[in-house]
Parts: sequence; C-alpha cells; structure tokens
Amino acid sequence: MSAEFDSAAKFAEYAHPERLVTTEWLAEHLGQPGLVVVESDEDVLLYETGHIPGAVKVDWHTDLNDPVVRDYLTGEQFAALLGSKGIARDTTVVIYGDKNNWWAAYALWVFTLFGHEDVRLLDGGRDLWISEGRPLTTDVTEVTPVEYPVVERDDSVVRAFKEDVLEHFGNPLIDVRSPEEYTGERTSAPAYPEEGALRAGHIPTAASVPWARAAAADGTFKNRTELDAIYRDEAGLSDGDDVIAYCRIGERSSHTWFVLTHLLGFEHVRNYDGSWTEWGSAVRVPIATGSERGEVPTR
Amino acid sequence: MDATTLPARLAETREDFLALGVRDRLQLLLEFSNELPELPERYRDHPDLFEKVEECQSPVFIFVEVEHDRVHLHATAPAESPTTRGFASILVQGLDGLSVDDVLAVPADYPQSLGLSEAVSPLRVRGMSGMLARVRRQVRERVAA
Repeated sequence: MSAEFDSAAKFAEYAHPERLVTTEWLAEHLGQPGLVVVESDEDVLLYETGHIPGAVKVDWHTDLNDPVVRDYLTGEQFAALLGSKGIARDTTVVIYGDKNNWWAAYALWVFTLFGHEDVRLLDGGRDLWISEGRPLTTDVTEVTPVEYPVVERDDSVVRAFKEDVLEHFGNPLIDVRSPEEYTGERTSAPAYPEEGALRAGHIPTAASVPWARAAAADGTFKNRTELDAIYRDEAGLSDGDDVIAYCRIGERSSHTWFVLTHLLGFEHVRNYDGSWTEWGSAVRVPIATGSERGEVPTR
Repeated sequence: MDATTLPARLAETREDFLALGVRDRLQLLLEFSNELPELPERYRDHPDLFEKVEECQSPVFIFVEVEHDRVHLHATAPAESPTTRGFASILVQGLDGLSVDDVLAVPADYPQSLGLSEAVSPLRVRGMSGMLARVRRQVRERVAA
C-alpha cells in the first residue's frame, strides 16, 4: 500500500522524482492510511514545540544510533522503533526536518540501510511548511503500533567504512563540510572543548562541495540544471562514477548522498559515516591540508 | 562532584532532572527553554558584546557582567533552537546573581551530571559544557580587567 507519487513538474527533472513530495502534496495527503509522516531535526526538542499534525518523531541521536557501540540500530531494534511509530514495511514514509532537511536526509539514509522501500523527503522541510503558514500542533500523535519485520541492515551498498575509503583512492570523494574544516583551519581557540578529531584537514583528493549548496534559499532542493552545474561541471563527477561522500559524523553527507543518488541518478554513491571524527583521529591515514585537493597517496 | 560546593539552584535543577524518567527530562528541558529571560533592553541592540558559543550547533550568544562581585549572565538563542535555549536557561537561572568565586567553583562537568546524555545525547550535552566554559572564562576576564 503505497501513496501516489507527487507529479510536480520540478521533480520530473530529477532521476528519482518519487523520492520527493511538495508541501502541497503533503497537505492534501495528511491522514491518509498507509502514509506516516516523520519529523527528524537537529534539535531534539523542536518537534515538541510544534509539529505537522499526525507526524511522529525520530531523533538521529537517541533513536537511530546504538546506545553503546558507534553504529546504527540492529534489525531487531529498527523493527521495534518503526513498529512503535506505526510504520509497516509497506508504509509510505515522508520525512521532514529543520535546516534544509539535513537530519531528515540522514534518517532517510538510515531507513535505506534497512531497505525500507518507500521513503521520501518533504522538499523544503519544516521551514517551508511553516513559512507557508501551514498548521503545526503540539497535540500528542496517537500511534497504533504495528508489526515491522526484522530486516538485517545492509551496509554494503550505501555505507562506506574507513577501509573502503582507503581502497577507494583514485575514485571521487566529496567533502561536504565547511571550507574552514576542509582546509584544516582551526575555528575554535585552544582553551575550548574540541569537536573530537585530533587532526584537521581533508581526505586527499576529496573535492570540497559544502552540502548546503544543494539547497535553494527557501530550503528546497535546487533544480536539476543547478545541481548538475555544481556536482558534474564543478566537482567533476560523471556518470558511472563510484563516489564516497563524508563530513564530520555522516549527517551532512547523507544530504549530499540523497542529492547524488536520488536527484542526479548516480548509482554508486556511499556515505562514509565515520567521517572526519574517525579519519581525523585514525593512526597513519593520509591527510591533506589547504584548499588544494591533494594527490592520491602512494602508500 | 561535591554537592556542598554546588550553588543551591544548580543542585536543585540536577535533583529535578535526576528524579525524572528520560522522556520527562526532555519536557523539563523544554520548560527551561521557555523560561529563558529576554535580554534586558539595554543589551538588545548590542550584538558586539556577545560571544558566540561555537560548541553549540545552533547559534547561542552569551555575555557576562560582573558588578560588585555579583555575576550576571545574559544569553540569547533563537526559538528554533529549544535545546540550546534550555541549556542556556539552566545556566542563567543557576548562575545569575552568584558571587565570582561561586561561579568559578562550579565544576566543569556539571552539564554531564544532569542525566541528559541519554535524553538528548552526549554530543549535544557538550554544547552546554562549551557554554559553561565560556561563562567561566568571561568571568575571569572581567575580574582581571
């Protein structure tokens, strides 16, 4: 049981228009059986201040991560989480969030690890919904728990580990962090708490394309022509490329993964979720500093 | 952390959080968030006085005044950042009006003792640690000036 796709003209230019819905589409389909709306924000309390009527909350930190090991949920944990949110395996899930859908895209990527088939983003996210004057509520969403099957997580297709990155040299890497993080400048003074990486810089050969460049001023995704100009013309990606994207902990790069995979149609894109907090602290991995991409390491 | 050295209001806040289950701790943090005082009028148009807390993912700005050995803490963060506002509000309510020595004696790991790591994640709690570190540093600067 899958909700109809949004036939908005802008989406038709994208490789997989079925991965997006407009705010109009969502407003018309709210409450429809077989559709669950999920809010996923950077700020863990934002949902509680007001959410789209009927939406449930999934928090990236407290819901999607294993509480002990730095990893995502197991199949059993994911089944329990989704079942408790009223999501069945064939439910259409529309995810939206704050900050250009930054964390919404991350949640969508984690859903993809478990092969949830019909999961879409609300183009423009929470901010566009609000700016259009659409309703929010603080009413608690009544959920009837359902059964979600235990599906083993598949890390082989859209997820990259440090070892994969080391073997990937010679293929395109996209660093989606800020230019300051890319070059290795320190933005915080020595006396302040650190973000958890021992070295600064970027993975050699990575192109710098800050993630938010994919978003327009109103938080929607840029159109196909604009995105092609950024990722193909400027960053140099071409059809058939095997691409790995990374950031600091894998959240911003989920957004870029979504753009490359679902909007531009690249078929082999992985997100390195260990990202800089792992790479920048790992022993004897190559690092480049400054604004140049750097050379393919020889050893 | 020695409870006897912790200012009464911060100790009370900690007890309140620890008495609750994980979900209710979020609600209490939201209450704090709603209680963050507006900036006094004389500071509203003075962004230059405020220091950005870089450790927080959301924009939050703090400014410390010391008058006659009393510390006054002002903080501002947008409504779209309720967690950050909640952290700031805990510190403003807990520290405002204390003596310089009392503020400097607050243990740097106070934010980790509120039982929020499970409710909001250790990474987010770090933002509050950054805020506290900057408050303490500003207090030392004001006293030295």
